[in-house]
Amino acid sequence: MISSALLYALVGCALFVAGVAGVLLAPHPLRRILAFNVMGNGAFLVLVGLAQRAGFPDPVPQAMVLTGIVVAVAATALALALARRLAEPEDEQ
Amino acid sequence: MMAFDLLLAAAIIWSAVRALTLRDAAHAVVLFIVFGLLMTLAWVRLDAPDIALAEAAIGAGLTGALLLDALGAFRRMPPAAGTGGWTRAIILAASGMLLFAFIHALLAMPYGERVVLPEWVAAQVSQSGVTHPVTAVLLNFRGYDTLLEVGVLLVALIALLAVAGSGNASRKTAVNPMLRAFASAAAPLGILAAGYLLWAGAHRPGGAFQAGAMVAAAAVLLHLSGRLPAWVAPGRLLRAGLAGGLLFFLAAGLFMTDAGAYLTYPPPSAGSWILAIETGLTISLGLALAGLFLVLAGQGRAQ
Repeated sequence: MISSALLYALVGCALFVAGVAGVLLAPHPLRRILAFNVMGNGAFLVLVGLAQRAGFPDPVPQAMVLTGIVVAVAATALALALARRLAEPEDEQ
Repeated sequence: MMAFDLLLAAAIIWSAVRALTLRDAAHAVVLFIVFGLLMTLAWVRLDAPDIALAEAAIGAGLTGALLLDALGAFRRMPPAAGTGGWTRAIILAASGMLLFAFIHALLAMPYGERVVLPEWVAAQVSQSGVTHPVTAVLLNFRGYDTLLEVGVLLVALIALLAVAGSGNASRKTAVNPMLRAFASAAAPLGILAAGYLLWAGAHRPGGAFQAGAMVAAAAVLLHLSGRLPAWVAPGRLLRAGLAGGLLFFLAAGLFMTDAGAYLTYPPPSAGSWILAIETGLTISLGLALAGLFLVLAGQGRAQ
């Protein structure tokens, strides 16, 4: 019987792989940014779920994931700004 | 409760896959926000209320607002050609093998060893100046990570300002009076909640990250209700507010070199130092996170 923390770590694996496939397959930049975020969330779940599989909360990976969420939103905003410049009509540049 | 976990796990994977495969971009973004909220539940189930708060406010909330605001800009974009049939099959097969390898590696990991990190944290937390272990790790034991992360956020905002270029920042669209009334009631409450989260972080879930996210949420709401203009070029006061938290953190680190190492808190006054640094970080993180949205909102109205 696997613990529920390990179950979430396995979900994290599935999310990471779904994100990798999404980044490689999606033609649209917005979809790639979504896929990149799904990948990140998968990595976060593996980090915390794996550390807590014995059943006790572990503050160290939790603090790292908190930091990671803020960095992920910063990267998403920058990616969106770049993608929006790409989407602008050519003649206006 | 295992049944609930299985159901939640299935819902998380389903919403993520739908967000990546739905044809319509607007539907996909809404599904992604649902995914973020389901992730919040997963963090609660994993005994990580700090992450749940941040995920709800930043992962689902702010990222969702950024993506929804960007939708309009992508409508004009011509659809790109999808990946060909064979390449697609190869990528999907390789992803399947990757998933199999990951799951095998995870399940094959040795279980026996004692997990030492939580014990070390529990043993040292009384010296850290706060009683909440996650805040102790963020601000004291792994203070470097947080210091650099605030720097990363600031660099991202500067890059964003450089990329976004100058647009016409005034939002001319009519604002729903209900939204206007709601925003004028909710924004002050958001600031109040930020103050509470900042203070509570010392002894329970909360802290500078969640408080900063509340400040940013209030700013996004004020912008959407037409009371706060988008950013094109931040003025002096705004720049000081953005950099202030990081500069104070850096200066405090120089000041606290008791044991010969940078950023070593002296145990008797560590609590006051952490509160002062977190107050500065709440202001700077709040402004920087709000800036991510407000700069992009200004870019959206460039044409």
